[in-house]
Amino acid sequence: MPAAVRVYILNYMVQYIGPRLDASFAALSDPTRRGVLEQLGRSDASITDLAQKFHMTLTGMKKHVGILEEAGLVTTEKIGRVRTCRLGTRRLEDEMAWLERYRQLWEARFDELDTVVQELKKKERIDGRAKRR
Amino acid sequence: MDARKEGEPTPMKNRTTVDRTSDREIVVTRTIDGPARIVWEAFTKPELFKRWWVPKSFGMSLLTCELDVRAGGSYRLVFRHADAGTMAFFGRYLEVTPHSRIVWTNDEGEGEGSVTTATFEEKGGATRLVLHDLYPSKEALDAGIGATEGMPETMDQLNELVVSLRTKQ
Repeated sequence: MPAAVRVYILNYMVQYIGPRLDASFAALSDPTRRGVLEQLGRSDASITDLAQKFHMTLTGMKKHVGILEEAGLVTTEKIGRVRTCRLGTRRLEDEMAWLERYRQLWEARFDELDTVVQELKKKERIDGRAKRR
Repeated sequence: MDARKEGEPTPMKNRTTVDRTSDREIVVTRTIDGPARIVWEAFTKPELFKRWWVPKSFGMSLLTCELDVRAGGSYRLVFRHADAGTMAFFGRYLEVTPHSRIVWTNDEGEGEGSVTTATFEEKGGATRLVLHDLYPSKEALDAGIGATEGMPETMDQLNELVVSLRTKQ
């Protein structure tokens, strides 16, 4: 039930990793920066491209990209005179963290399932003995 | 060094694995120490199912647990969560082969949901469980995985909270 998993993971995030996500959330709180991420999701772009696309000065865009970079959401690389921006590795880390939480969720479930199955096995043995009598 | 004394029973702890096997699939496996017919019972009888599907550590309780386990039958689970109120999860059983295979849909989300196939393979008195989740698209699976995309509303609220806390500092 994926949605139940989501609520469970949200709990975990708020309690344990929430503080670490502050930088990400602050970075995401600005509509231009969300737009930049969306744009980079489609293709890499230079700061000049992004500034044009969002009708901004180069300095303004540099500032936004800097904040996204600090949050680990974007990486940049200067080749010659052009600084190219692409989505950061955070996505991958998030996915790995998610899979690990998902695994822990199932582990907790299966541990309880073990208990139920052991109980049923025991009951079957007792019932079996009673029938043989 | 193993600290356990000889002669003590070895604690049986089977590993749960989770793998993203493709853009659209997640596979969970685990071996349960019991025959398939018993594991099957725990999957299909509501009074047993509700005991393990929602472990105590989740902070949730199951208010409703209706399982009509037959091809074409439906299920409905209603959870109560301290923070999130109640949530309903529902879908249909597409395929039911006693003691070996159940396929169900997850219809609670927006749009087309994932389809889960659970298989039970008995070997030497234990059952290897494989839960295979197939999503309609890569995007649908990513939406479940990407915390920020999967929970836009909750994330927006969390974001607002974080931002308001930061401005207060």
